[in-house]
Amino acid sequence: MDFNDTPQEAEFRAEAQRWLSDNAKPRTESGGMMAMFAEAEGEGGNRGEAEWEMVRQAQAWQKRKYDAGWAGITWPKRYGGRGASIMQQVIWGQEEAKYETPPNIFMIGIGMAGPTIQVHGSNEQKDRYLKPMLSGEEIWCQLFSEPGAGSDLAGLRTRAVKEGDEWVVNGQKVWTSGAHYSKWGILVTRSDPSAPKHKGLTYFIVDMESPGVEIRPIRQMTGGANFNEVFFKDVRIPDSNRLGAVGQGWSVAITTLMNERMSIGGGGGMLGGDSGLSDVIKGLGKVYVNGRPAIENAAVRHQLARFMTRFKGLELTGYRTLSALSMGGMPGAESSIMKLEMGLLAQQMAAFVMELQGPNGVLMDSDVALMEAMWQQVYLGVPAIRIAGGTDEVQRNIIGERVLGLPADVRLDKGVPFNEVPTGPRTATV
Amino acid sequence: MNFAFDQDQLMMRDAARKLLDDLSPMSAVHKIMDSEESYDAKLWQAMAENGWLGTAIPESYGGSDLGYLELAVLAEEIGRHCASVPFSSSIYLAAELIKAAGTEEQKHKYLPKLAAGEQIATVALAEQGRTDLDGVTAKVEDGRLHGEKSPVVDGLCADLLILPAREHGELSLYLVDLGQGVERSALHSMDRTRKQARLRFDGAAAERLGGSGEAGRHLDAAYDRGAALLAFEQVGLAQAALDMGVAYAKERYAFGRPIGSFQAIKHRLADMFVKLESARSNAYYAAWALAKSPDELPAAAAYARLAANEAAAFATEENVQIHGGIGFTWEADPHMLVKRAKHLESWLGGGLVWGERLLGNAA
Repeated sequence: MDFNDTPQEAEFRAEAQRWLSDNAKPRTESGGMMAMFAEAEGEGGNRGEAEWEMVRQAQAWQKRKYDAGWAGITWPKRYGGRGASIMQQVIWGQEEAKYETPPNIFMIGIGMAGPTIQVHGSNEQKDRYLKPMLSGEEIWCQLFSEPGAGSDLAGLRTRAVKEGDEWVVNGQKVWTSGAHYSKWGILVTRSDPSAPKHKGLTYFIVDMESPGVEIRPIRQMTGGANFNEVFFKDVRIPDSNRLGAVGQGWSVAITTLMNERMSIGGGGGMLGGDSGLSDVIKGLGKVYVNGRPAIENAAVRHQLARFMTRFKGLELTGYRTLSALSMGGMPGAESSIMKLEMGLLAQQMAAFVMELQGPNGVLMDSDVALMEAMWQQVYLGVPAIRIAGGTDEVQRNIIGERVLGLPADVRLDKGVPFNEVPTGPRTATV
Repeated sequence: MNFAFDQDQLMMRDAARKLLDDLSPMSAVHKIMDSEESYDAKLWQAMAENGWLGTAIPESYGGSDLGYLELAVLAEEIGRHCASVPFSSSIYLAAELIKAAGTEEQKHKYLPKLAAGEQIATVALAEQGRTDLDGVTAKVEDGRLHGEKSPVVDGLCADLLILPAREHGELSLYLVDLGQGVERSALHSMDRTRKQARLRFDGAAAERLGGSGEAGRHLDAAYDRGAALLAFEQVGLAQAALDMGVAYAKERYAFGRPIGSFQAIKHRLADMFVKLESARSNAYYAAWALAKSPDELPAAAAYARLAANEAAAFATEENVQIHGGIGFTWEADPHMLVKRAKHLESWLGGGLVWGERLLGNAA
């Protein structure tokens, strides 16, 4: 057991630090938590020229990293990566987090679609998509959830019908972050409604500029509008854009979701940072409880210590997962722990810091509220963390069934042809 | 960076688990609970013979000097088996204090006997249940100790005691042979497998351990080391509670299905696992700090302690709940884990104590 860098790791870290100090400005405050939320949530999330400017800056930074070999630390060199270890990826993440960088709008591509294509894609697909994905030239979005299929993702109904060498897609997807600036989407469809629901799915890569794709913004409870709903009307997708075999879409989607949990739960940004806690401690000298600075209040200190312990536990659990991964493991159900705990902890911590601000607790004014209203923003954004990539409840099912080996729940849809599965009171078969 | 136990340590864990499976199944712990025995002497003997007691004691004092990570491995297995032995008192607290504060002569005199299990030592942290040093009234005059310490974990079986007392206005640590001039009376801890005592001293011979006036400094460090190692016992205990709950949820049927298939039960077990993993990660960090990075130990020990207290309490309490009525009975095992969790928490202090120790380092 050793926390220190090995000589090779130290050398890599120094190289990363050199490049970053030549190419970026150091951060002024610790913004680990905020950066994570900006990624989950979209920076500001308002449509318009400012957003396009953000996209251009993000692409420019990504290209710069790509050209210097820092974009895909663990990716094969053949696809523009560095072919290095996951530990080096983490070291890079720790160092990059110390600098002011544009929001990472490439996570769905590089963190989810990329690993999925690397596992399930043909050589032609890997050659076509991976490099422009990694360089930031082409941005990706995820087309999984539907109005009637969230936690029960395999209940999705967007229909794909084969016509010659093409598939014709009709239906609707929802909660699609960044669809409006994405070139490609990863799409799960129903290709066989008469098969049991997990067996009738097929996975595609879809060109977001295809005729029949319509993107409409959804405004979130934060006030921003990074989400979209995406409609498909007779959208034609060449069969060469299919990822995995016909009817095997579920197992391809699982690869994507495993990687998603890993990236939300803290594969990168959380590690090595104190998640802004040192700023919170400083801030608690500036707010008052019962006439005294909050930091002097015993109950406040007790609660703060508990939050700090949970943050530390998350950071350290991340290191344990990494140690296991660097010894050859795969991202497994353990990443569900990190995702579940991260969302709950962020929400509880945000509510706590808001309470300490008294009447300022609900104010979103960055010049009035503590820490530029960061915790108010976290509080409003955190449902995205607790819902996206599998809700808390889904994560607990995963932990219960795949880690602890508990029996699955009784299901009414198992082995039943999808088009005979009950979907509402009218068709319920009780 | 590599944040995992190595192959040798994992082999040591497997061997320790096997020994405890053989000698200290829950049925053996039940026997101690229902007897007047203050600990499992047969198990203690086996631990001594297998060199467990000297794991972090240097070879020159009769130990094997394997190290703290190895000691942590053993601690987790002891906790997992809810073993009834004075290991924590004698080794994590007393032997470590003698290592840290003793003279060469004291180390040669006491450590080999502790490493061999020939003597059991413990530390009196409280007077009338008060653990802050302002509450210490025990006095040493002309090398003789007068006063009372209570509660003292393993105070019934210990041969040797370390305690803070006042002499000429200075608060120092002392070593006392518990043979003569000591009146021991049993207290009734809810955890009857870790018995406690009230000790009254009327002129027992006391020799100073460490410098005059250094009780505070030495005890402070002892709390950190003790918390780091006890965290592993707590993690082991929480793991035992989770395993017990999972096993029961698979075999117990209600409404025609195993209760573990209901989300109300499944999610409770998942929450136990999440807290356990947080505690485990924090305990690993504390063990690493203890072994390799002493400057980080005060904060790491506090993190480990806070997380372990919470995980052990939650897992053991919820395990009773998952068992339903049977979990509330004396014959079943779940209550023993609850009581051990409360013993381990109350001994070195709960969240109110350790939260302040953590923030003392940060704010």
